[in-house]
Amino acid sequence: MKTRIIELKNVDFSYNHHAILKDVNMTVYANDFIAIIGPNGGGKTTLLKLMLGLLPAGHGSIRIIGEKPKKVSHRIGYVPQNVNANKNFPISVMDVVLMGCLKSGRLLTHPTKSDRISAKEALEKMEMLKHHKRRIGELSGGQRQRVFIARALAGKPEILFLDEPTASVDTHGQTELYSLLKELNKNVTILVVSHDLMVVSSYVKTVICVNQCVHQHDAAEMTQEMLDMAYQCPVELIAHGLPHRVLGDH
Amino acid sequence: MLEALQFEFMRNAVMAAIMASAICGVIGTLVVVNRIVFLAGGIAHAAYGGIGLAFFLGLPYYVGIFGFSVIAAMIMAAITLKEKNRADTFIGVVWAVGMALGVILLDIKEGYNVDLMSYLFGSILTVPSSELYIMAGLSLFIVIIVGFYYHDFLAMSYDQEFAQLRGVSVKPLYFLLIGMIALSVVMVIKVVGLILIIALLTIPPFIAERYTNSLLQMMLFSGFLSIIFSLVGLWFSYKFNLTSGATIIMVAAFAFFLSLLIDRIRRHAVK
Repeated sequence: MKTRIIELKNVDFSYNHHAILKDVNMTVYANDFIAIIGPNGGGKTTLLKLMLGLLPAGHGSIRIIGEKPKKVSHRIGYVPQNVNANKNFPISVMDVVLMGCLKSGRLLTHPTKSDRISAKEALEKMEMLKHHKRRIGELSGGQRQRVFIARALAGKPEILFLDEPTASVDTHGQTELYSLLKELNKNVTILVVSHDLMVVSSYVKTVICVNQCVHQHDAAEMTQEMLDMAYQCPVELIAHGLPHRVLGDH
Repeated sequence: MLEALQFEFMRNAVMAAIMASAICGVIGTLVVVNRIVFLAGGIAHAAYGGIGLAFFLGLPYYVGIFGFSVIAAMIMAAITLKEKNRADTFIGVVWAVGMALGVILLDIKEGYNVDLMSYLFGSILTVPSSELYIMAGLSLFIVIIVGFYYHDFLAMSYDQEFAQLRGVSVKPLYFLLIGMIALSVVMVIKVVGLILIIALLTIPPFIAERYTNSLLQMMLFSGFLSIIFSLVGLWFSYKFNLTSGATIIMVAAFAFFLSLLIDRIRRHAVK
């Protein structure tokens, strides 16, 4: 039996009386590899932030690993969208990754020996260990992206959220990144927000379309042809107001 | 300079300058990387209300400043957290109201002719020994707090959302930081005065940011720079009989433009 790792029931979220997400119902099982797609402003990042407990849901219930999001946020690895912010900040690659080892409830938050070991392992995995002493601002966008993934991995997460991780990576880097995620997926449930379904199509098991409403497409549904069409689904939505006509009823 | 040190007021001035500068390095660094320079300016200027209140009630000036700026600081911090997009407006209002209140309270308190210029532009040469102990206590307190919560401050300053996910209590930490800014305002007011505090809080960290690889290094380096600026400024003010606070700031500003120039030349050289 598959474990339910994320469960959203009738979740609403609005900002300044403007509905961002409406009546969201979704279930994620352990070890799934999910692509979240949808148009800009469709609520993809909001959905992630709700599941992380960074935003409070207006309505409905969210359960992550059977708990409220805020209680388990440290068990989720999060790679935020904008890795280019704060470039001038005087911080080394190692210190950024060590941030991923911070734990709540510990009185003194200075990193321990085991934190340093986890951080080094995470950097090694992302092939960034040789840069660990460099200042974060000196790295290229792609390298910085890897450091942020390492930061998310350093806390040994059970779930990994990535918000448009390929935004500042070239095509070769994208393929590399997704192969790596596929490898990680053996132990970790992964949700990745992406614009580029063409790239993710051969790696993900499930697709979630977000545009105020959320539609989940099972792995069984996933043929190459369908994915190619799904890539256009946000366009269809805007054009005809008919959600996912191209994919049939769901 | 050395012959000047035979006077007690000069020795006190040097001690006060060193302590206030060191704290400016630590707190100024956090102010700059958290981009709350305007908020820090608001706290410093609202402190004027505290001076008015202290004289009105007959309390020592630092008690008034401390009480008043902490309260004003907390109000501003709460607003910044709640209404991020309007924060600058509210800070501007509290900034002005604090100063206006100070002026009015001093108007009401008749027959009290206090040298207000010394609070606006500093009067480092009149620091009594008793205040040095207070400054030492405050410095120690700030250093211990920042040392203890260093990694939380680092995470909050670098990536607030991520820090929150890892269980860092971002909000209390933010209020703690704002409270410490108010404390450092109390310390620095004697050295450069409340109008010029903002320069001492921002110039050294700005220069230090580009030459350091960690927040700790940035704190140490900007503290060091700050001490140099203060002592050099003090020497100039002694030698040429100038207002000490303003002279210190001019030295810092000179270094600021010099660093910009060096940076430009270096970048050209790389090209």
